[in-house]
Amino acid sequence: MKAKVYVTLKSSVLDPQGKAIHHSVEQLGYQQIADIRQGKYFEIALDDSVNESEAREAAEKIANDVLANPVIEDFRVEIVN
Amino acid sequence: MKFGVIVFPGSNCDHDAYHVISKHVGQPVDFIWHKETDLSGYDAVIVPGGFSYGDYLRAGALARFSPVMKAVKDFAAEGKFVFGICNGFQILCEAGLLPGALIRNEGLHFICKHVNIRTENQYTPYTNELDYGSVLSLPVAHAEGNYTCDDATYQTLEENNQIVFRYCDENGEITSEANPNGARANIAGICNLDRNVLGMMPHPERACEELLGSNDGRNIFRSLTGAIAAVSN
Repeated sequence: MKAKVYVTLKSSVLDPQGKAIHHSVEQLGYQQIADIRQGKYFEIALDDSVNESEAREAAEKIANDVLANPVIEDFRVEIVN
Repeated sequence: MKFGVIVFPGSNCDHDAYHVISKHVGQPVDFIWHKETDLSGYDAVIVPGGFSYGDYLRAGALARFSPVMKAVKDFAAEGKFVFGICNGFQILCEAGLLPGALIRNEGLHFICKHVNIRTENQYTPYTNELDYGSVLSLPVAHAEGNYTCDDATYQTLEENNQIVFRYCDENGEITSEANPNGARANIAGICNLDRNVLGMMPHPERACEELLGSNDGRNIFRSLTGAIAAVSN
């Protein structure tokens, strides 16, 4: 069982790194890109004894307590077998 | 009166803070390793600048889980003084001792220079020796100093006079040009509701002797010393 956690800055929070990446991408000639936002991705491997709902609960708690700062970031959890 | 300077793996302004307390404030001071869980006997702790845990995940995010932080929270709840500088400010926000967060500088650069800040609230334990509106020249050295919070939090900070310092020009004007990192409303430092916890991005401990270009930081430490003395009496 694996939990995938995606952490992204809230849309209201400025992302200067995403902006710089956007600028670089434009330099490559991609002019049709409206916006790029940078985020973080985590893979949490869980013991085989854990079922899907337990995995989700644990991953959401970990994401909320550690991986994301809820003041500035949102997160999304995906569970894969 | 006794000060403590918390040392995390990656702290690098701990010795500056220790130097200022021992030499300029002239009070006993200890280094406190982050594994420590007992802060009894101290009147104030400084959470210093640096790169605790290499700034992994987010600046200050992992330091928050060091054993000493539980003690720091209890210490703050008792009304004792907790002073976070630079990375220390980031840690205090991550730990929930101060509202908001510090994100990447708007211009992306690591900024290392002297800036001017204006005293917005002189009625705190850290600013009682300063006049309202007085301008201090202090160095900043950070990549994540861009203070951010939501509108409701900002309104609360304003209403309760928790904004202690704002970036300004040399005449004390709050302008966007004087804002080095994009911080909301030029915020350079805030305190908690009870005023005993302060976090600020500029480094007063690096500005306590003329040789270093400014001694404007001294009045902050002098204020704190006076506040501790007043509490002890």
